[in-house]
Amino acid sequence: MNDVALPTDPNSGDTNLTTADGVPLKVSLRRAQRRDKIKALLLVAPLFAFLLVAFVLPILDMLTRSVDNPEVITYMPKTSQALTGWDGVGLPDEAVFAAAVEDLAKGSVDRTIGHVASRLNYEMGGMRSLIMKSARKAKTMSEGPYKEALLKADKRWENPEIWLLIQRESAPYTLSYYLSAVDLQYASDGSIESKPAHMEIYVDLFVRTLWMSGAITFMCLLLGYPVAFLLANLPMRQANLLMILVLLPFWTSMLVRTTTWIAILQSQGVLNDIFVALGLLSDDNRLQMIYNKTGTIIAMTHILLPFMILPLYSVMKTIPPSYMRAARSLGATALTAFRRVYFPQTLAGIGAGSILVFILSIGYYITPALVGGQSGRFITNFIAYHMQQSLNWGLAAAIGSLLLGIVVALYMLYNRLVGVNNMKLG
Amino acid sequence: MNKWIANVGVVAVAGMVSTGAQAADTLNVVSWGGAYTESQTKAYHEPWTKMHGTKIINVDKAQAALAGLRAQVQAGNVTWDLVDMLPSEAQIACDEGLVEILDADKVLAAAPDGTPPSKDFISGALGECFVASIVYSNIVAYNTEMFSGKMPTKMADVFDLKNFPGKRALQKKPINNLEWALMADGVPADKVYAMLATEDGIKRAFAKLDTIKDSVIWWEEGAQPPQLLADKEVAFGSGYNGRIFNAAVNENQPFKIIWDAQVFELDGWVVPKGKMDKVKGYLKFATDTQRLADQAKYISYGPARSSSAALVSKHLATGIEMKPHMPTYGPNFATALPKDDAFWADHLDELTERFNAWLAQ
Repeated sequence: MNDVALPTDPNSGDTNLTTADGVPLKVSLRRAQRRDKIKALLLVAPLFAFLLVAFVLPILDMLTRSVDNPEVITYMPKTSQALTGWDGVGLPDEAVFAAAVEDLAKGSVDRTIGHVASRLNYEMGGMRSLIMKSARKAKTMSEGPYKEALLKADKRWENPEIWLLIQRESAPYTLSYYLSAVDLQYASDGSIESKPAHMEIYVDLFVRTLWMSGAITFMCLLLGYPVAFLLANLPMRQANLLMILVLLPFWTSMLVRTTTWIAILQSQGVLNDIFVALGLLSDDNRLQMIYNKTGTIIAMTHILLPFMILPLYSVMKTIPPSYMRAARSLGATALTAFRRVYFPQTLAGIGAGSILVFILSIGYYITPALVGGQSGRFITNFIAYHMQQSLNWGLAAAIGSLLLGIVVALYMLYNRLVGVNNMKLG
Repeated sequence: MNKWIANVGVVAVAGMVSTGAQAADTLNVVSWGGAYTESQTKAYHEPWTKMHGTKIINVDKAQAALAGLRAQVQAGNVTWDLVDMLPSEAQIACDEGLVEILDADKVLAAAPDGTPPSKDFISGALGECFVASIVYSNIVAYNTEMFSGKMPTKMADVFDLKNFPGKRALQKKPINNLEWALMADGVPADKVYAMLATEDGIKRAFAKLDTIKDSVIWWEEGAQPPQLLADKEVAFGSGYNGRIFNAAVNENQPFKIIWDAQVFELDGWVVPKGKMDKVKGYLKFATDTQRLADQAKYISYGPARSSSAALVSKHLATGIEMKPHMPTYGPNFATALPKDDAFWADHLDELTERFNAWLAQ
């Protein structure tokens, strides 16, 4: 006990202090800190568990699904195996055909072959009927030669590309969803090529989503900055009223706000009626302000505006008015004082508001779906489409994963340039 | 004390019985919403509830029914008891084993004269897992107040911007639009799908759609086209004939249907895996001759049973004769095209990609 209490190094001034019960202070402190840490951990545990279940696991699931390719290997196991040895020249041999007939027949009886048909039809139109039709017929093929029987059942089996496709998609993981998501595809020899021009779509949509989100962010900043300034600097009474005006739409259902914009902007809508009544436009020359990019930008700017104003306001509120007065009294013009004294202090708010609006806007899909028409749609609308309509969940997951990657990359870039620590959310 | 225990026991047992009964006495029926679900409620749900006390809950999810079924079966928790679906999707659901196989003659009711269902239902109405209840049609309608003088009468007029200016509301998918483009370009109905199976045919269809592309507003929900037509936002709108009928007759909108080149198809029921015992009684009732005829009192969709056709009479709310509003009525039917489900089952994936790419250009 004695030597524990002795100073270990006389020069460091290090602890020979003990608490009343003789435990060294360091140990006692560590103990107390550990208790606090455990308490803190227990307090965040429910949130952590929630995040894990509601956020981390679904994202992992999405990432898995974007490369997962179980259909062919699970429901046509014998064919997959038989095809591993095939050199890809001409047609496969009788053994492969026999395996295919067996798999098709079994899949038809078990009602699992439909999964294979759906999967392969994503890659090549017509595969659904080929697989389903052949599967129904395969049930009656009891003896060989199976090659002849299958070719008789459907001539399309003569096409070696079909066998190459099945061979390629027999792997448990595939890149084909990612390739589709960036307008690429496998050529029949397994190399990667770009899709024909009339099938290209997603790259343009990614680019459009990004630049329109940028435009929406810029509009929000342009409109939100003066409002936030007024909120922070008006006398309390007026500021409160203004705050309510900002928050009221924020609390209104997003669908209501979007639909309202339809009523206002459509070509027989309020705004066009006013223009026509004022003689600014002729009746048959009404402006098309909705169901295009303009509609999406206007409606989304309105919806996302509070996410810009509130962080800006919280930053501006902390800037003492005396700074501006000091600048003016030292001879700066109003503009210079704003530019060199006030504006730099609001950068943290601008950063926070912009990244918030930008990321929210990249992920929006209801508003673009309702007011975007064909030119104002976002990539997110296609994620929804593949989730609900085409049911190509793999492709939806691949697009979603790419979008996630883009957001993370942008966030890291932002962190590099501005520094997340400089961001103030309120 | 004994009495008290007995009371608690009775209450507890009664509680268990009533929750048990409630679970069995609720049916979740998935359908398309709007005027269509309403017609089903009036013709099927209400009489059934009256007879058996079963509560029927409408779920307006038919638009994404296949996705829903897949998700529910994958998750092992099927909450839907009966689903209204298009035959093409029903076939996929059937192939993937998501729905029950239906033996029509065993499960469904015979016609009043004893004709078995397999003979009574019209052709294509009975699938391996599917029983149709209606024939409906995809048509283009117009607002008569948008034109003065000559009115459009045929599909080619929809593609004629010179004589019939104005926007067109079309559904944002290749189905129907490609068929209409070819028919407007002079392809006879019976050659349409053969032509669409070729690259030249697809190019021709898109080239025809190109001529009106700048004047098209693309809709996604069935309720949109009547609204767009009523707002005079568009001059023409494609849609389901029943919804246009509903707007024209029940809401007095000046809409008129162009029956030329109508694309008709069936719509009906599938039973999700494991739900057969629960919905058997209801399914038999809701597809019998009288019920299908009753539905036509509320909406202008043709019954899928021959024996019901004779019983179709007047619209209940307005008393107008229903027959001339049915897709299958002689003059309406002259240039009708039956939707080819086999074609679309194969080509929907690639043509949708191509259509979306075309839209984005």
